[in-house]
Amino acid sequence: MNLTLYSITAFIILDTDGNRVLSKYYRQENNPSATKGLANPKEQRAFEKGLWQKTKKSGGDIILYDGRLAVYKHSLDLIFHLIANQDENELMISTALSAFSDAIHMLLRNQVEKRAVLENLDLVLLCLDETIDEGIIVETDPTTIASRVSRPRADTSEIVINEQTILSAYQTVKEKMTQRIAAGF
Amino acid sequence: MAFASKKDDEGLSAYYNNKTTVIQEARVFNDSPISPRKCRALLTRIVHLLYVGESFSAQEATTLFFGTTKLFQHKDSALRQMVYLTIKELAGTAEDVIMVTSSIMKDMQPNSEVIYRPNSIRALCRIIDPSMAQGFERFFKAAIVDKTPSISSAALVSSYHLFPNAKDVVKRWANEAQEAVNSKSSTSLFGSSASGGYLTAWGGSAGQQTSGYQAVPSTSYITQYHALGLLYLIRQQDRMAITKMIQQLGGGKTGAGTTLKNPMALCMLIRYAAKVLEEDPNVQKQMLDLLDGWLKHKSDMVNLEAARVICEIKNVPTFQLMRAIGVLQLFLSSPKATLRFAATRILAALAVTHPSNVASVNVDLENLIGDANRSVATYAITTLLKTGNEASVDRLMKQISGFMSDISDEFKVIVVDAIRSLCLKFPDKHAAMLSFLSGVLRDEGGYDFKRAVVEAIFEMVKFISACKEQALSHLCEFIEDCEFTKLSVRILHLLGIEGPKAPQPTKYIRFIYNRVVLENATVRAAAVGSLAKFGLNSNDSGLKKSINTLLNRCLDDVDDEVRDRAAMYLRMFKECLLADAYVKEESVFSLDVLESKLVSYVNDPSASATPFDASSIPKISRAQAAADSARPSSLETVGFPSKKEVTPTPQLSAVETQSAFIQQLKEVPELATYGEVLGSSKPAQLTESETEYQVTCVKHIFAEHVVFQFNVSNTIPDTVLEQVAVVMQLSAETSLTEDFIIPLPSLSAATSPGIVYVSFTRDSPEEYASGSFQCVLKFVSKEVDPSTGEPEEDGYEDEYQLEEVELGAGDYIIPTYVTFSSEWDRLRGGASATETFSLSAMESLKAACDSIIEILNMQALGGTEDPASTTVHTLQLAGMVVGAGGSGKALVRCRMTHSKTQGVTLELSVRAEKEGACGLIVSAIGG
Repeated sequence: MNLTLYSITAFIILDTDGNRVLSKYYRQENNPSATKGLANPKEQRAFEKGLWQKTKKSGGDIILYDGRLAVYKHSLDLIFHLIANQDENELMISTALSAFSDAIHMLLRNQVEKRAVLENLDLVLLCLDETIDEGIIVETDPTTIASRVSRPRADTSEIVINEQTILSAYQTVKEKMTQRIAAGF
Repeated sequence: MAFASKKDDEGLSAYYNNKTTVIQEARVFNDSPISPRKCRALLTRIVHLLYVGESFSAQEATTLFFGTTKLFQHKDSALRQMVYLTIKELAGTAEDVIMVTSSIMKDMQPNSEVIYRPNSIRALCRIIDPSMAQGFERFFKAAIVDKTPSISSAALVSSYHLFPNAKDVVKRWANEAQEAVNSKSSTSLFGSSASGGYLTAWGGSAGQQTSGYQAVPSTSYITQYHALGLLYLIRQQDRMAITKMIQQLGGGKTGAGTTLKNPMALCMLIRYAAKVLEEDPNVQKQMLDLLDGWLKHKSDMVNLEAARVICEIKNVPTFQLMRAIGVLQLFLSSPKATLRFAATRILAALAVTHPSNVASVNVDLENLIGDANRSVATYAITTLLKTGNEASVDRLMKQISGFMSDISDEFKVIVVDAIRSLCLKFPDKHAAMLSFLSGVLRDEGGYDFKRAVVEAIFEMVKFISACKEQALSHLCEFIEDCEFTKLSVRILHLLGIEGPKAPQPTKYIRFIYNRVVLENATVRAAAVGSLAKFGLNSNDSGLKKSINTLLNRCLDDVDDEVRDRAAMYLRMFKECLLADAYVKEESVFSLDVLESKLVSYVNDPSASATPFDASSIPKISRAQAAADSARPSSLETVGFPSKKEVTPTPQLSAVETQSAFIQQLKEVPELATYGEVLGSSKPAQLTESETEYQVTCVKHIFAEHVVFQFNVSNTIPDTVLEQVAVVMQLSAETSLTEDFIIPLPSLSAATSPGIVYVSFTRDSPEEYASGSFQCVLKFVSKEVDPSTGEPEEDGYEDEYQLEEVELGAGDYIIPTYVTFSSEWDRLRGGASATETFSLSAMESLKAACDSIIEILNMQALGGTEDPASTTVHTLQLAGMVVGAGGSGKALVRCRMTHSKTQGVTLELSVRAEKEGACGLIVSAIGG
């Protein structure tokens, strides 16, 4: 029985071909047996390959793989997994995954696919950090998670658009056009 | 590179995944002015690199880490949040991370109402040295009770990570954690009762916000989960405190009064309750009531946790178990796969111990056989197989056959194991099951799966004689086309043993000889051995002749092992004596004894002058050997992982401990003339475990002597004990005469434990002498001079009173394993005795069983040591009674009844191969 708050062993996103999009294995120093067999990238890769074989078909939601509990969710061309110890409460893990997944849907405006994830990696990584901290579930309310993820803002040195700048732009366009028309004839 | 996609986004991944580029581009951290957008993008790439399996060297990580810290100059909150994630990820590999503490501290201050304040708190625990925790105490205490859940949670999680290294400091935060458990901050944000003061604070802080960050209040109350986790961590050594905490937070009998709103926090509380319940039987009733209340909680997660815990409690009252099963039954029809999975998993594990109770949900389970989630279907099937009755077996088998092809090998193994136990439960149904097994044997599958099937068939051959012939022919067919050498060899071996006993042995020979023609060398060798057994065990001279011809052909084999075997067996055909010794022999060496003797032979250089003497090694029958090596079927442990890990206690079998003692005793010249040790007891403690001198006693029974072996430990480092002896005083007249004491010349802490032997002669070896001895440890104590390490000249004599040593019936008995019913019948004509006792002092049948087993030192058979009923029980025991004229089996049947007023009434029946044994056993219980 797990009496600690460390409940998540790993978070893994695979694409539908079994390639790793990103995965985070939590160390769990006080419980080394939890990460046994997942210690180095090679073992992790093998684990993911095997896992993908079992989870590539959608509709299962949950499976016991390699002595670990894996809760997963398909989203277009991606599969999100949360890995936990096999004696963990299934609903607890599933709640955490749903929270993450719902928050990601909010952040990516429901376009949760591989390209969108890679283009908005900063949001995805922060979202994960707000959901799970080193194996501890930090938050399960998707709205809260999404609200805690900051979006990059334009650099302050960027162009300021106001009446004046629009006017000058118009002037430039006008000049260029006149030149072109003149040259054309 | 670990991450490589061949699809259109290859360019994108490559861009994100080049470590060298990223390190080079880290220059942007030094740009002035800093571009938050660019920097955040680069930080993202650093973290992503780590998340796809790349790793940085300490040097690289340190460079990146300190580059990152430059970004603290910029106030952009989107950038800062990413900085904190990067710091967390790099802190493990980078060096001198402690340097950024002050920068982080600034962001943690309560006056900074920024989005990244929780991030800074969570990053802090990664970079500080545990010894610094003290300095943050005031800050953490304030943050834990902060009104904003995300800050409070962050502080709690951070403390949780710190705890293992800074226990003493974090322990002082218990009051704050307690406050956080009870806090209602989440409600106050929504509730109409929100305090004015808080609203002002909220408005005020909003005004200060520079980043425009608006905290969205959490509805999850998850802070309670973190606070409860930390509280438990702080108090876990103190069971009273934990019990009190559970009572306070449990919210009374209905569970309605609890302040805990977060379901995950309640799940943790349930686990703590289960732990307390397991350790302290006094609170069992109270905890069970609480658990029962949680079964009715509105959250599925809490119901599930409570049900799981109840199902795992040993000896849980049936009505409570049934209520838990009722909750799980509702989950079985849930649309959520996760819930169905969880429920079936618990039920499948429970079916091992309580099949009849689980049977009540069989109807619901049958609906799940076709479940889309294959794991759910498999758990349902295996549970049904365990709980089903004989009538439903055929139907189930049909359903399984349809479903075997589309489940994974792991699950196939689980199903096959379930069927294997079913075969033994309903032997009448063997035909259906055998045809099922032979069917799946033909399916595609890996080694583990095929092995499971083959082992299941082996077991049927062994236990269900009616299906033996059928099963063997299925196996013959299987080896015709078997890709696994190991399995072929095992099957050929089995054919060699079972085949010759079959009515028509000749029909197997074709299959076996085919192997000789078609297979690899290992299988050919096994086939030769198998063939020879047919010839040697048969009385049919025609058959012998044909086998001879076949073996002669094998003499031309290309492999030397095959040729050698063929030659050896051909020789045996000519010399019957050889055949008797090597093929028909029904006994085998006791392997543990053989091993220990061989090891001592190899270690002793002088022994190699003479050949190894195998005749001194006791032999046991094949059946006995099989029983010794029998391990609990994998079925109970495989496939039901929700069951707690059963760590097999390394219980040495009687034979193994015996062989260890034989080794020790052989080294004592004075005891060499006593002959073989007939039996040795388990070590008994004669002192408290914390005393200065620790003594355990082992009793060895010889044909005409009893030797007491005292293992003495001296735990005082600066003294040496000399002339250590144990003086034994018989408390009553028995037929034992003391021979001699072999004292220890000297014993220090380093040489402990040492052994003192005391030998007695059994005046009349046919009697089983018993009695108790008062023991005193006598020695001369000398101080050790610390400068020289030598003991000083003068010492003083001292005595040390030990507990009494009992010599009783159990010392003459060695537990042994037999099949009770057949052995009981066999001994019908032998010596027997029956007596009735009234054990009024016994509180329960379990207590009676335990003490009978302890007194008699016999093996309980068939799980009868755990009474299923509280009123009537039959305990079956077997043992070997050792004596001068060889040892003999003794079986005991204890029929017991229990009532509150009279205690336990016991009818003891003994059947034994020797007359004296009955008397010994009856008097042991009577006395």
